[in-house]
Order: sequence, then C-alpha cells, then structure tokens
Amino acid sequence: MFESIRLDWRSLVRLGLLAGVIAFSLCTIGMVETFNERELISGVFTVGHVLLFAVPAGVGYLCAKDSSKSKRIAVLASGFIVGLFSALPLIVLVLLVRAIDLRELGLVNMSPALGDLLTFNLGGVVGSLVLMALTGVLGLAGSAVHVMPDRIRRPLMNGVLGTLGVGLFSDIVIALLRNLFGRGAVRLLFAAGSLKPGVGIGLFIILAGVTALWEARGERFRGGLASMVPIPGRHLRLVGPVLGILVVLILPLLLGTYLSEVADVVGLYILMGAGLNIVVGLAGLLDLGYVAFYAIGAYTMAVLTSQTELGYGLSFWTALPLTVLAAVLAGFILGVPVLRMRGDYLAIVTLGFGEITRILALSDFLKPLFGGAQGIQKIPNISIAGVEFVKPEHLYYFILAGCLLAFFISSRLRDSRLGRQWMAMREDEDVAEAMGINLVKTKLLAFAIGAGFAGLAGAIFAPKLSAIFPHSFNLIVSINVLCLIIVGGMGSLPGVVVGALILVGMPELLREFTEYRLLLYGVLLIVMMIVRPEGFWPSEVRKRELRAGSEEPSPAGGGNPVEPT
Amino acid sequence: MRQQFLERFSWIDLFLWVLRVGVIVLIVWGTIRSLALGKYSATTWLSLIIAGLAQGSIYALIALGYTLIYGVLLMINFAHGEVYMAGAFTSTIVAEALKQSGYAERYPIPMIGLLLVVSMVVSTVVAVLLERVAYRPLRGSPRLVPLITAIGASFALQYIFRGLYGSAFHTYPEFGRMWGRWNVGGATIQVVQVVVLVAAVVMMVGLYLFVERTKTGKSLRAVSEDKEIAALMGIDVDRVIAITFAIGGLLAGAAGVCRGLYQPQGMYWFMGFFPGLKAFTAAVLGGIGSIPGAMLGGLFLGVFESVGPNLFLEGLGIPAAYQLKDVIAFTMLVLVLMFRPQGIMGEKLAEKKA
Repeated sequence: MFESIRLDWRSLVRLGLLAGVIAFSLCTIGMVETFNERELISGVFTVGHVLLFAVPAGVGYLCAKDSSKSKRIAVLASGFIVGLFSALPLIVLVLLVRAIDLRELGLVNMSPALGDLLTFNLGGVVGSLVLMALTGVLGLAGSAVHVMPDRIRRPLMNGVLGTLGVGLFSDIVIALLRNLFGRGAVRLLFAAGSLKPGVGIGLFIILAGVTALWEARGERFRGGLASMVPIPGRHLRLVGPVLGILVVLILPLLLGTYLSEVADVVGLYILMGAGLNIVVGLAGLLDLGYVAFYAIGAYTMAVLTSQTELGYGLSFWTALPLTVLAAVLAGFILGVPVLRMRGDYLAIVTLGFGEITRILALSDFLKPLFGGAQGIQKIPNISIAGVEFVKPEHLYYFILAGCLLAFFISSRLRDSRLGRQWMAMREDEDVAEAMGINLVKTKLLAFAIGAGFAGLAGAIFAPKLSAIFPHSFNLIVSINVLCLIIVGGMGSLPGVVVGALILVGMPELLREFTEYRLLLYGVLLIVMMIVRPEGFWPSEVRKRELRAGSEEPSPAGGGNPVEPT
Repeated sequence: MRQQFLERFSWIDLFLWVLRVGVIVLIVWGTIRSLALGKYSATTWLSLIIAGLAQGSIYALIALGYTLIYGVLLMINFAHGEVYMAGAFTSTIVAEALKQSGYAERYPIPMIGLLLVVSMVVSTVVAVLLERVAYRPLRGSPRLVPLITAIGASFALQYIFRGLYGSAFHTYPEFGRMWGRWNVGGATIQVVQVVVLVAAVVMMVGLYLFVERTKTGKSLRAVSEDKEIAALMGIDVDRVIAITFAIGGLLAGAAGVCRGLYQPQGMYWFMGFFPGLKAFTAAVLGGIGSIPGAMLGGLFLGVFESVGPNLFLEGLGIPAAYQLKDVIAFTMLVLVLMFRPQGIMGEKLAEKKA
C-alpha cells in the first residue's frame, strides 16, 4: 500500500527542521515563555502555546499547499512528517536547557522553566515524545485544513479563530460584559481574565455550529436579503453606518476608563496618521521625523498654557490656533532644506530633524525655555465653558472631534486640485513638474499641512498628560505612525483607522506583548512589504500602482500589448 | 540683466543662501570665540582629535557597508547598524564568559582574535540572512518598499537580540588597558586608539585591494554599474549581492570588536542604531558609493563630533555643549545633503541615483 505514496523526504525534512529552527528561535528570545503568562483558557491554554503550535500547524498547511496536486493521503502524511521533524530542534533545546544553565552564559531567556514548558512538565523523555507527537498531529491538522472541503473548514476555522480572538481580547469582552450585564456575567464566563475551559469549548461549538448552519442554509436567507434590499431602498443601506456612528459615540460608556484611555491614544495616533498620510501616502515624501511636529505642537501648547514659570498661562483655546500655526510654520521651515532631496535621503534627513528636536528639548542649552529633562509641568486641562475635560471618557469626544476634522480636511484635500498634484508628484516628480506643477509649493504644502495635524495631536497630548517630557517624543513615535499608515494602506483614510487599531490599540490590550511589540512591528513591516505592500485597506490608486509591476499584460487579454522599445 | 535676475530669484534660494552663510558665520564665530577663550590647551585639542580619529574609524568601517550595498542595490540598508550591533553584542557576551573563566586575562591577544572571529561571523550571518529573507524578495519593487522593509528589519533585529541576551548593559573586558598610554609632546594618547585606527586602515586597504584586484571584486563593480548587463555577462547577480552583504557584515563585525576595545562600556541591544545613522552620515559625507570616501567621511565625522562641541558650540556660550554632540552629526548630514549631496569624493550622481 505504501508503495503508491511517494514522498519527497529530503524537502520534507528540510522544511520541518526549518520550522523547528523558527520555533527554537522564538523560544530562545523568550517570546514563548513570556506569552505563556497570558492565559487564553484558564489553566489549560496560553498565548505561548498558540505561538508555539502555530509553527508546526502553519508549516503543515504550507506544505499541503505546495503539494496540493498529489494524493490526499500523501499530503496528510507529509504534513505529519514535517510536523514531527519540526519537534527535533525543540527537543535539542530541551536537552540543552536541562544539561547546562545557559542563562549564566548570557542567554537570559533559556531557563529550565522553558524546558518544562516545552515538555508539559512530563519530564525529559516522555515530554519530548509527547511534544513530537503533538507537533506531528499539528502538522497533520495544518495539512488537513488545506485538504478538507470548504463546508467543514469554514466552521472549524471560525470556531478556532473566534475562540482565540475572544480569549486574546478578553479585556474588551470583559469590559463590555461588565458594563452591560454586571459583574455576575463576567464571573460566570471568565476566571482571572481568561475564559473558563467549559466556556471556551461552548464558544467554539456555538461559533462552529452557527457557521455550519449559515453554510448549509444561508443561501436562502442571502437570496431573501438580496431581493429585499431594493424595496425599502435607502433606509436599509443606512442602517450600517448609523449603527457604526452610534457605537463610536457611546464607546466610552461601554468601555470604561482604562479602555477609553486606550481609545484616546488610538485617536491621537489616528490624528497623526491622517497627517502623515498626506505627506507619505499622498505626496510620497517619506518622513521619518514626523515626531518633531508632534513635539513642537505639544511644547508650544505647554509653553503657552503652563502655569509654572516656564509658561505664559494662556487658556487652551487661545493657545490652540497658535500651536497649530507653529507646527505649520515648522513644517514650512523644515520643508525648505529637504525640497531637493528624494526617497532615501529625505527619510534619513527627516529622521535627523526628529532627533535634533528631541535632543534640543532635552539639552541644558534650551532648559530655560523647555525645562530640559524635567519637561514642563502643570498644563491645565482642556475646558469648554467652565467644564473641564479630565477623564479619558470625556477627552475621547474631544479627540474624536479632532479626528473627524482631520478626516474631513484630508478627504477634501485628497479630491482637490492640490491632492491630485500630490499624487502626480508621488508618481513621478519630473513628469509632474513638466506638467506645470509647482513642486516647491506642492511639497511645502504637504509638509505644512501634515505638520499641522501632528501639531493638533501634540496640542491635545499636552493637556491630556498635564506634563510633557522630551522622552515622550522619541523616534518610536515616528516609526509607529509610519507603520500604521503602511499597514493600513498608504494614502487611504480608512486604512489609517485600521492601522491605528491594529498597531496601537492591539498592543495596549495585549500588555504581555509590550516587550516584543516592536519586534512584531518590524516583522509585520517586512511581511507586509513582501506579501501585501498595498496595506490592509488600500486606496484604489495605490493598489493599482503597486500591482501594476507584477501583472504582466496577458496576450490572451485582447488587444496588442505595447512593444517595449 | 535685472529682469533676468528677478526671474531667477526665488525665496527658496534666498533662504538656502541665508542658511549657508548663517551656518558658516556661526561656525567661524564659535571657533574664534572658543580659541580666544583659551580654555583648552593645544594638547587637549590633540587628544580630542586622536579620540575622534579612533571613533571615526569605527564609523568608517560601518559606513563601508552602507556604501557597498548602496553601490550594488541603490538602497540604504537602514538595518546595517543592527548588523554591527549583532556582532558587537554577541562578542560582548562571549567576552564576559572569557573574562569569568580567566582566559581573557591570561591570553589577551588570542582572545581578541577569537572575539574578532565571533563578531565577524555573527554579523556576516545576520547580514546575509537579512538580504535573503527581507531584501531579495523585493528586488525591482518601488523604491520606498525596500527602505520600509529595512526599517522593519532594523527594529526586528534589535528586539531579537534584546530577547536573546536581555536588556541589561554589558561591558567588554578592559583589553585596551594593557597597551597603556603614549606621551606625545605633552598629550597623552591611549595606544588602543592607535590600534583601532591602524586596524581599520588595514581592513580598508584590504577591501580596496579585494574590490580592485580580485575577480569577485570585478564582478562586484560590474553589478554596481549595471545589474542587467552584468547578468548578461554571466555574473550571478544574486550571489554577488549576497557577497556584498557578507563583506559589509564582516567589516561591521570588526567595527564591533574595535568599539569593544576602545569603549568597553555600554554594550546593549540599542547600541547599533546611532552608530548606524552616523555611519550613514559618514558614507554620505564621503560620497556614497565610494570606498575611500567612506573612510574619509568616517574619520572626518569622528573628528568633527569629538572636537565640535568644544570648538564650535562652547564659544557661542552654549552650556553643556557635549550634550549636543549628536546634533552636530545630524546637522552635518543635513548640510552635506543640502549643499553637496555627492559628498567629498563622490562623483556627480545621476538623477536616478540621487
């Protein structure tokens, strides 16, 4: 029977060992162990397990994808073998950790606890065998997912991913439950912030069941819906957006203080993202020193309103226009020297500007103005007609207003003459200039308007914290903002929101990840650039532009492809 | 005549000219004031210059990686500073173990050799892997794409090594002490500074010979002229690019050990970022793509940075001028890119390269 199944042993072993080495590296840099502290299903299953198990399952899936033409049983067998071999490097790791204390040699995360984690506290030999069997089964499962028909795969995947999602974002779910149904509901379903085992299984069954039902019976319902839409006409189409707006409006009530604080931070990043989106996304000027304008906004606001001897004690509303003006001016002034630089050079020089701003704010030289490392304190709260915005829930509305303003301005700008000029300039500066676009004016306006948004974000940031320090304005902020517009999709406004939620909101919820946050950012950037350079929610123009190079004109597509000359 | 002038006149040019003149006036004024104050003696200046040269030779070694890679791929390998960090940090961890076991004290020279090998191997492996995993799939994509990938790679590498060795500061064994000091005309010079400088120069001469005299070097030059034509001539372009990254890694690894000898303290996961930026500045200063330019640019930047705060800034009455050391380097980068983007040695770059 086995003669009929031909397996490419060499490539399977290589793939399995490669996956094992990846899992090995994840362990050596401490990710598995750190993530193990966060339980998804109370007492049973942690994020560390997910990370560890995702590797053999993923490689099993990839392996099945590559060999999808061969027999089903062969695909499953190769998934299993790849999984088995991916355990070998991990077993080496277990042996290493048990034999010597690598922590004394400087590898701080190679603790004996890691060995226990990998062998499930079952001891060296038994644990290693169990680990190997488990990775084999996971590899098999990964390849099975690829082989099985859609109507089984969808319910299974929805069940697994949904349960994992609820476990991961338990903070949000718990806050929602608490605010809607009281603490009793939380205690019923969760134990110490993670799902109870029974609840997890129940959730999986419900999700899988609902999906299966939908798959089986959904056709009729969907057909009904499709025939329904034309009759009530506009009203039904409005339901979605109206619901969305309602949710955004009452969000702080649902989330409570801590999560509202998170929403505020996300909002500030959305505001900055909308600004950088103009500079990078529309005008194509890669600015790595965007934090400079944020800092300038925050410091101007602080100096104008602070009640210490450094400040002038103006009110927030008097200072706000001045602050935005200062940021816009800074955008012009920093824009002039870089007018003739392109691409890489522009990126490095703007990065230099960002660092210069921070170092100057930190230095003793400007201490009489900006307070040096101690920063500026006693910045009064934002107030409207005597009502102070203190709590994050209240500030949320203020930031929301700022974001809406920014979105309005940038969507109008994008469709204006200026926006078209920016995009033309992004495509090709020389051609744009030949078409009569004044590059100097267009570039400077991009820098200045982008800077204005960052200035606004800074102006809100200063009273929000009521004290600012140079350390709040380091390069990481620029990188964060850049990443979020890239992940969301350059030049796309909804993309900014998606990017901010993924890159700023998610890490705040997964606090255990803080240490590895930037590692994940970095990997995400690389993967995005290779796999999906247009972002999660790309703008139409950008999508076409980035895909244009890879899609060869097909001769069968009708018409003559243009001959290259 | 007047008409013509008015047509050509622009506020931007005026601004740039004011900036140019302003910077030069500030530098000259600060220098004169500082020298007039007479706070520092000639020997102090001399030791500052020597320290700057030692620091600069480390920048130069890293800068060569930028220059070589820019030469073949026309991209700034933003993560090159992390390649340097990888070697330096790993060799620090090994060095600490050697120190504990006592070998470092007993056989310093062989141990430095061992560390050099460790550092160079690690940096080379990281550089080659980086090219294979992150950059090779992106050949031929729009120019912003590899740059963004490089930024991502930079952060990923930092945090991988932080995860590997922890976030604490580490210290090299004090190898530099054993060579002692020289006394030259009243100025004391740490011999380790001279050692670092000489080592860097030797490596650069070696690199120059490699690029100019060997067959691989020839194919490297061919690829940097034109990748397509080079491929048509039978050169394996991917292999040459990988070799370029490997050479960059080797030099960065050597720079890591030099740094450990010269400044044993403060080895940690973020140690590569600013040297990387400054090395890039050095590469641009010397003219990116030019090997002797990277050397000169590095030394120049090192000396500028070392002497600058005392020479230019203190005379202007700026307190605690040493805090602004990095500002000098970055300002220099901006000025060079504004006024002479081709650098000291660089040829006039074609539009597509600039």
